[in-house]
Amino acid sequence: MIFWQLFVSYLKIGFFGFGGGYAMLSLIQNEVVVQHQWMTNAEFADIVAVSQITPGPIAINSATYVGYTVGVQGGGTWFGILGAMIATFAVCLPALTIMLLITRYFLRLKDNPLIEGAMRGMRPVVIGMIAAAALMLIFPHSSTSGEQNFIDEWSWLLFGGVLLGSWRKINPILLIILSAVAGIVIYL
Amino acid sequence: MGRLFELFCSFFKIGLFTFGGGYAMIPLIRREVIDRKGWIAEAEFLDLLTLAQSAPGPISLNTSVFVGYKMAGFAGALAAILGVVIPSFVIILFIAIVFTDFRHNPFVDAAFKGMRPAVVALIVVPVISLARGLNRVFYAVIAVTALAIWHWGWSPVGILLGAAVAGIAWELFIAKKGIR
Repeated sequence: MIFWQLFVSYLKIGFFGFGGGYAMLSLIQNEVVVQHQWMTNAEFADIVAVSQITPGPIAINSATYVGYTVGVQGGGTWFGILGAMIATFAVCLPALTIMLLITRYFLRLKDNPLIEGAMRGMRPVVIGMIAAAALMLIFPHSSTSGEQNFIDEWSWLLFGGVLLGSWRKINPILLIILSAVAGIVIYL
Repeated sequence: MGRLFELFCSFFKIGLFTFGGGYAMIPLIRREVIDRKGWIAEAEFLDLLTLAQSAPGPISLNTSVFVGYKMAGFAGALAAILGVVIPSFVIILFIAIVFTDFRHNPFVDAAFKGMRPAVVALIVVPVISLARGLNRVFYAVIAVTALAIWHWGWSPVGILLGAAVAGIAWELFIAKKGIR
């Protein structure tokens, strides 16, 4: 059942989404591209691009988008909207329950050495997860089919330019829009 | 009812104007929740940020649940989280519905060909900035994690759990030895 799979996948993404948006990319990618093959690597990059230029966290944006695309394949627009609602609800559910519990009972937990230890252990792993997401987008698995993200030398030039721009703290929305314009100029 | 609506509206605004998510939205949340509404105090906000970052899920969601619950209990948490989620839900749903028709438009296609490598660059930058200044052991963990997920196809969830257990074990080991 496709809706159940969507629910479970996004529940997992919400539950293990430690370390904020970029860290969650690897989880999302693993569920959506690698495990279930609901979309290709290029489509995944497209969602991240859309997420950057629209408001809201990537986790929510991807849940809504993937939920819709998966649902539509099952039976049209209304199934798509239902899928979007299910995935978005699933990704929010862990944050809602865990934060409610923390706010209510465990406010003192923040100085607990065990929690601190777990956090310290996860920190480098989270960085590695972000790196894995980037690597996968550049050099995808042979199992993931479809269009690639890096298609020629222009791709690498854009990559380098945005890397430099982002390092210099230029607004990411501006960088994405500029690269879209560059894409139209180069590839149209 | 008035309070719930107020919570909903404030977090709707936060949801609507925070692009990219994560740390970029902290100033906006601070302005709305502390400066404009006075719902929580500055010190409490810092505690909240620590919690919101240690709990799973996007920071904006976690913050909304915390503030909503403090102001109006469970209903308040629901009102606040709905406020944060609805703007991005509606916008992305609209894009998803429209995008299926525009997907093969040559302009859109060319634009996305340009945006894809840009997105990858935006993901690489936090890796570099987060990793700077860490020691060699951490570099090794970062490299092995990346390789395990990307090349060997390990589950990120398993690695996260393993790291959390290792961190706890290390903390217990230090406590037992009385190093601190």
